[in-house]
Amino acid sequence: MSAPSQRRLIFAHIDEPGYTNDLACYLKHGGYEVMKKAFTRPPAELMDEVKKSGLRGRGGAGFPCGVKWSLVDRKSGKPIYLIVNADESEPGTFKDRYIIHQDPHQLIEGTIISCFANNVKQAYIYIRGEMPHGARILEKAIAEARAANLVGKNILGSAYSCEIYVHRGAGAYICGEETGLIESLEGKRANPRIKPPYFPAVLGLYQCPTIVNNVETLCHVKHIVDMGGEAYTKIGTPNNTGTRIFCVSGHVQRPGYYEFEAGKITMGQLLNEVCGGPLPGRTFKAVIPGGSSAKILRFGERFMGKRKVGADMVDYDWGVEDVPMDFDSLAMIGTMGGSGGVIVMDDSVNMVEALANINAFYSHESCGQCTPCREGSLWMKKITTRMVHGEAREADAALLKGVADQIPGRTICAFGEACSWPTQSFIAKFGDEFKNYHQDKKAAKPADALPLI
Amino acid sequence: MNLKPATLAQIDEVITHYPVKRSATLPLLHLIQEDAGWISKEAIEWIAQKLELQPINVYEVVTFYPMFRQKPIGRRHIKVCRTLSCALTGGYKTCEAFQKEFGCHTGEVSADGEVTIDFVECLASCGTGPVVMIDDDLHEKVDAAKAKALSDQIRKEALKK
Repeated sequence: MSAPSQRRLIFAHIDEPGYTNDLACYLKHGGYEVMKKAFTRPPAELMDEVKKSGLRGRGGAGFPCGVKWSLVDRKSGKPIYLIVNADESEPGTFKDRYIIHQDPHQLIEGTIISCFANNVKQAYIYIRGEMPHGARILEKAIAEARAANLVGKNILGSAYSCEIYVHRGAGAYICGEETGLIESLEGKRANPRIKPPYFPAVLGLYQCPTIVNNVETLCHVKHIVDMGGEAYTKIGTPNNTGTRIFCVSGHVQRPGYYEFEAGKITMGQLLNEVCGGPLPGRTFKAVIPGGSSAKILRFGERFMGKRKVGADMVDYDWGVEDVPMDFDSLAMIGTMGGSGGVIVMDDSVNMVEALANINAFYSHESCGQCTPCREGSLWMKKITTRMVHGEAREADAALLKGVADQIPGRTICAFGEACSWPTQSFIAKFGDEFKNYHQDKKAAKPADALPLI
Repeated sequence: MNLKPATLAQIDEVITHYPVKRSATLPLLHLIQEDAGWISKEAIEWIAQKLELQPINVYEVVTFYPMFRQKPIGRRHIKVCRTLSCALTGGYKTCEAFQKEFGCHTGEVSADGEVTIDFVECLASCGTGPVVMIDDDLHEKVDAAKAKALSDQIRKEALKK
């Protein structure tokens, strides 16, 4: 079966010749019309549309956006804040960058609609520090929108006011975690908060109810309000509605970003047809399907079980190539859709070295609050780096697993899981490569082999 | 603190964005670093006073976030992405090429004071690796040849100044 064609909803105008990121161009393409329409409806109705749409958060966890909104404490009398999570930092993910740089008004419109639906008067866009141009583009776009009375006081005479400010991060991955982000926005170290009992929806920014949504998620809200929640569910597959943007990087002929209806394309179609397959003379060895913390998949392995199709349970027997790219299917085979960052590795890659690279990242980014994560990520890095640059031992695989197994479930935030899943899955899938590394590394390396650590 | 009038105006404006002054810590650090090039002890104390905080409240933020630096760097800042997607396409070789070009290691200032090279974590442009940021500008698919061309350009621009 050949791959379906792209369905560009969020990326409709990305890379379109002549499309610019200013207000005039956005208005020419029907910009802010959905917002105007939304202002004529009761906020509760808009929230209901989002709930009906089944929209799942695009930041990584895939939590239903409508449910997130419904948990907000609206009785406290305190102001409600909305924070746009533009801290795109999960290795392998690069979708929000293009929305911010090329279509910032789409994000602003989605944000104002979401704020109106939730009675939010103040929103912040938390953009990662390494995107200085992105921050300037957003600030300019907000200023333009403010001058046109599309943001700010008494928007278009509706009596509804909402302000948006851009807030820059400063290079810390943990700010993508929503409570770490809130701490950072409060001017502190981005140490994530303990939850439960209090989630941001009840006690968030300045101890007020707070909604944190990913850039892409808020753009989807605009389209949901435009077409209606019911119509939106017709895109994609049940429980995985809408489109998904896949960011493909690593060893394929055509890396890049591709937007498809969720669950309508398989891994094989995406990598072989859309991305042109492996590099000349190479074969695919492994793929990480949802950002670098997602568990790795080995080409050649099979996944079997039962799954729900409509009302029936049917057997499935998939290779990596056969897996539909949606949250549920990827979860079924033991990994995750995460942020949509697909990292591909071909047969030139040594798995010990690739893991050493990932471990160095997580060790650098651990906030240091919880001992299992701070020490565990550091030791996983030290062991894998030693294996590559120093002496490797047969027992290292078991040692690494021993460290990794002691982290998840014992930390304040999900970073504990994120940093241990790579080690756990690399060893589960490529255990022999780890056990034999002390022998294999003695063999001469091909001249074109790339160092990974 | 000897800050430019424009920086001082931006500082006063950005504080109004937040109901709690402390929130302006990161924005102020960015503004001062852009103005002065780095964050001195004096800057930390100045920010603390400005935002009615203790110096430790600002200091702990400076040490937490990798982008804030407590010593001067070269006139140009080269940041090479180290993380997996870029490494898979040659990021380590790119970093090595820059080090050779300027005769310095990562984290050091080159002898002529022109550049500091850092090997940083993911810059979120994984599809066009290896990526490099020179000051505020992102450069994509920077192989060794392109690293050399960019280095030549940096040296040419330095001569013009």
